[in-house]
Amino acid sequence: MSVSRRSFVVERLRKEKMKELLAKGQRLDGRGMTDYRPLSISTSVVSKAEGSAQVHLGNTAVIAGVKVALDRPYRDTPDRGNLIVNAEILPLASPYVELGPPDENAIELARVVDRGIRESGMVDMSKLVLRPGELVYSIFVDINVLNADGNLFDAASYAAVAALATARIPEYSLPEGSSTPTPTGNRIPLPVTGLPVSMTAAKIGDYVLYDPTEEEEAVMDTRLTMVFTEDGICALQKGGSGGWSPAEVVKLVEEAFAKAKEIREEIRRMLGIGGQAEAAQGSGT
Amino acid sequence: MGKLIDESGRRTDGRGPHEMRPLKLEVGILKNADGSAYIELGRNKIVAAVYGPKEVHPRHLTLPDRMLIKCRYHMSPFSVEERKPPQPSRREIEISKVMREALEAAIITDQYPRTALDIFVEVLESDGGSRGASITAASLALANAGIPMRDLVAACAVGKVDGQIVLDLNDVEDKEGEVDMPVAYMPNLDRITLLQMDGKLTIDEFKAALDLALRGCRQLYEAQRRALYDHYFSSAQQEVSK
Repeated sequence: MSVSRRSFVVERLRKEKMKELLAKGQRLDGRGMTDYRPLSISTSVVSKAEGSAQVHLGNTAVIAGVKVALDRPYRDTPDRGNLIVNAEILPLASPYVELGPPDENAIELARVVDRGIRESGMVDMSKLVLRPGELVYSIFVDINVLNADGNLFDAASYAAVAALATARIPEYSLPEGSSTPTPTGNRIPLPVTGLPVSMTAAKIGDYVLYDPTEEEEAVMDTRLTMVFTEDGICALQKGGSGGWSPAEVVKLVEEAFAKAKEIREEIRRMLGIGGQAEAAQGSGT
Repeated sequence: MGKLIDESGRRTDGRGPHEMRPLKLEVGILKNADGSAYIELGRNKIVAAVYGPKEVHPRHLTLPDRMLIKCRYHMSPFSVEERKPPQPSRREIEISKVMREALEAAIITDQYPRTALDIFVEVLESDGGSRGASITAASLALANAGIPMRDLVAACAVGKVDGQIVLDLNDVEDKEGEVDMPVAYMPNLDRITLLQMDGKLTIDEFKAALDLALRGCRQLYEAQRRALYDHYFSSAQQEVSK
């Protein structure tokens, strides 16, 4: 059962102070309203994973790993590989996390990251098929939040995207008439077609601020996570117990779409990959 | 050449692109609940019930400044083609969360500090767009329970099917269409309290889709008001005639 967020009594007291600052265009950590915290991405941080990435977004730290297995395709997508995204907000990530199976926050996190990657078509799943209806690659993306300081959606998404974009998976062949797949000994990149970019903004009073910290999320009225492809939007998730006016949403989506291009370039630079065409070419498919 | 919209612009169930499925709303259908409502939207059949405000269990969850809202969206095992195991799926857990947030925006929670409110939604038959229909029904159940609210919440889904933006996706359109975008809206306050989307849209298509969704929500809002009016007006008449 879904339960209201706990009260952050101290944060609530600080909300008025925060609004005063916001009225002057200032945030507690000195950032402007649309500024992201410093982003860093290191890839191939876990050698046993087929792909991995660690992301720091300010004090938020997330690590994602890609593992691959051969499996039957889902019944409704016999001609596509499987993509499974899971997320855990580890108990070491914050004093407020409780030990146990993923709660609604971790489940929502995984599902929103999954939606962004899946719907953007970032990985061409139709190329991950050994025999339609029988055997396909299953791509598992597991995300661990190591330090929770707000905006887990974007940090987790960047980590998952970076891990997928840089993964090298074992190649298998399944010759006609054979039923046992054999490894070819090659490691191949995933068929990556582009990079989805997740953008999150929170609203406190009448002020909209990007990349909210834990402190800001504690007092926010509402939040919106948007995932953009090069030419449009591919996923949305509103959060928090408040509401957005339609005008605010439209303005935010337009503004964030433009800003996502900058972040996509930044991520590309960090991953050492070029434009969309080059990324597709590099996939070797 | 689309398979979900034919040459004359008709959808699989004969509707036009901006047309909603047949709707039925009823208020106060369960005796034990403090508030309840029932919705049929196409073949969706959904019951919503509200219990509270009441004591918080376990007590450590008590919020000193406001009411604790608990929400459960659940699909009956027989509500879908292939039996759904009764334990909550990841999808149901996520929907319970976004639904709670969509409704919590309307509830004046600080009027009942240190209390809890349970919102239960059971999908008896599912036909696409069940989360929107659930929110629409749950909002009526809240009103029926006399919970102080800022506005009613109405919710529906829009999507892209065969390249066209359409209102209120049915089961097939939901599964085979390109985009699904559920929206919950409080028309009087002009606030969106749930917004989700998956599938690819250009920014212009998104704006058109949002516009259409809000139109759908306003239509549902009128139906909600009518359902409340019918319920209370007819009971008031009975009282008078006694």
